Amino acid sequence: MIQRHFDEELAELKTKLVRMAGLAEDQIDKALTAMVNRDSALACRVIERDHKVNALDVEIDEACIELLALHQPAARDLRLVTTAMKLSTELERISDLAESICERAIELNEEPQLKPYIDIPRMGNLARMMVKESIDAFVKEDAKLARKVILDDDSVDDLMEQLFRELLSFMVENPHTISRAIRLSFIAKSLERVGDHATNIAELVVYLVEGKIIRHTTPPAISGR
Amino acid sequence: MLDQQYDVKSSVTILPPAISSLEIESMDDPDSTLQPQSSVSGKAKLRVQGFNFYYGPVQALFTVDMDIPEHQVTAFIGPSGCGKSTLLRCMNRLNDLIEGARHEGNILIDNMDIFDPMIDITDLRKRVGMVFQKSNPFPKSIHENVAYGPRLQGLKNRTVLDEIVERSLRGAGLWEEVKDRLHKSALGLSGGQQQRLCIARALAVKPDVLLMDEPCSALDPIATGIIEELLFSLKKELTVVIVTHNMQQAARVSDCTAFMYLGRLIEFGRTKQLFTNPSNKQTEDYITGRFG
Repeated sequence: MIQRHFDEELAELKTKLVRMAGLAEDQIDKALTAMVNRDSALACRVIERDHKVNALDVEIDEACIELLALHQPAARDLRLVTTAMKLSTELERISDLAESICERAIELNEEPQLKPYIDIPRMGNLARMMVKESIDAFVKEDAKLARKVILDDDSVDDLMEQLFRELLSFMVENPHTISRAIRLSFIAKSLERVGDHATNIAELVVYLVEGKIIRHTTPPAISGR
Repeated sequence: MLDQQYDVKSSVTILPPAISSLEIESMDDPDSTLQPQSSVSGKAKLRVQGFNFYYGPVQALFTVDMDIPEHQVTAFIGPSGCGKSTLLRCMNRLNDLIEGARHEGNILIDNMDIFDPMIDITDLRKRVGMVFQKSNPFPKSIHENVAYGPRLQGLKNRTVLDEIVERSLRGAGLWEEVKDRLHKSALGLSGGQQQRLCIARALAVKPDVLLMDEPCSALDPIATGIIEELLFSLKKELTVVIVTHNMQQAARVSDCTAFMYLGRLIEFGRTKQLFTNPSNKQTEDYITGRFG
């Protein structure tokens, strides 16, 4: 077996992606903490940090373009490089959503708390876990774990629906709650989108491992049957 | 404070796998014992069936089965000594000339056995043309080189010969460059031009199949690019089989790719599929440069 210099470069690319994933995941985590603890200062710091994720997105993109141009990778190598390009975009979006959650949290903190935050943190933890597991699946090249993540997205969607109904009841009962309820539903929607991005990452992992594109397909393709 | 925390968060602690887990484990993958798929969609022009080939006591090909589709470019790839050139040369019986060489199994062109004793070997080689690694123009004029084949077939009419020469040179993408010096020596042409002249010479007898044994390995990137472009137009008229050591070339020009290793056909399929998601680990190792 030939030791390829290219393998080192691919390993480096993966390391960068994992670093970016850690950052993006932490952005979500901190955004949730800032919201639940009504900590506007923390929220501001999360917003400021988004540029770090953006910088990594550019760095990873450049590394991938360089690998494509200089090595003309094939087969699994090619799938890894193209997956990395898409994956970094997904992570960058996740971080953008964290930023958006923080902006809403800062606005919410200017008014009294509408209700105890229970479902949003639950939803947030689910979405964050999906991100974490999708990245684990990428690192371990584990298509089975990736498929589990895809199926998990339904629970996040269900929670979002439930939350939306609850917030609607607040708004119907008392119009003074509307601005806060809308901001909370924006946050819920952002978390639901985080779950969607984790799903996209998981779908990319299935492509990386099996060479099969399963997005926009029917459930049997996702479950691998 | 946040900065420090970023670096120790959950997924950051999972390190990327070491290079070893990216590597392919070994050559004796269970998949490799399976018979490779022998055909792809499209009408088969050449059919290789249970083909074994021996140079004296040495077996060079082991039960190769492959249907080469018509009007497509099929590339043979594999490390040196894998049998790809041997197989190519069997397709117009060039190996007949080697002492002690023998075969088992069949190769059919349009369902006709090329080893049938009744077959006229000159006729076969007219139908199945060949271009070699090193261009080999005759030490004659450009015109004479191209007209040689038709002349050998007894064609004497000057006008018809001129037409054939022009058509063939156009087919090989050389006409514009040589039309004013047709009667000058072919040896005065550049390497790339000489190779295209050899293609024109092969085209002059209107073959059905063109076999190319590393036709670009002695050419610079520009001349290589011209020949590669040529393949796209040639395949409209005929079926092309090309042996190449240049994997990117196989990926660029071919519709189907056959990967051979140690005299066996390991994988045969659509080039797109083979270069993005090969089904065999040996193929993957080879095309990603992990061995070869």
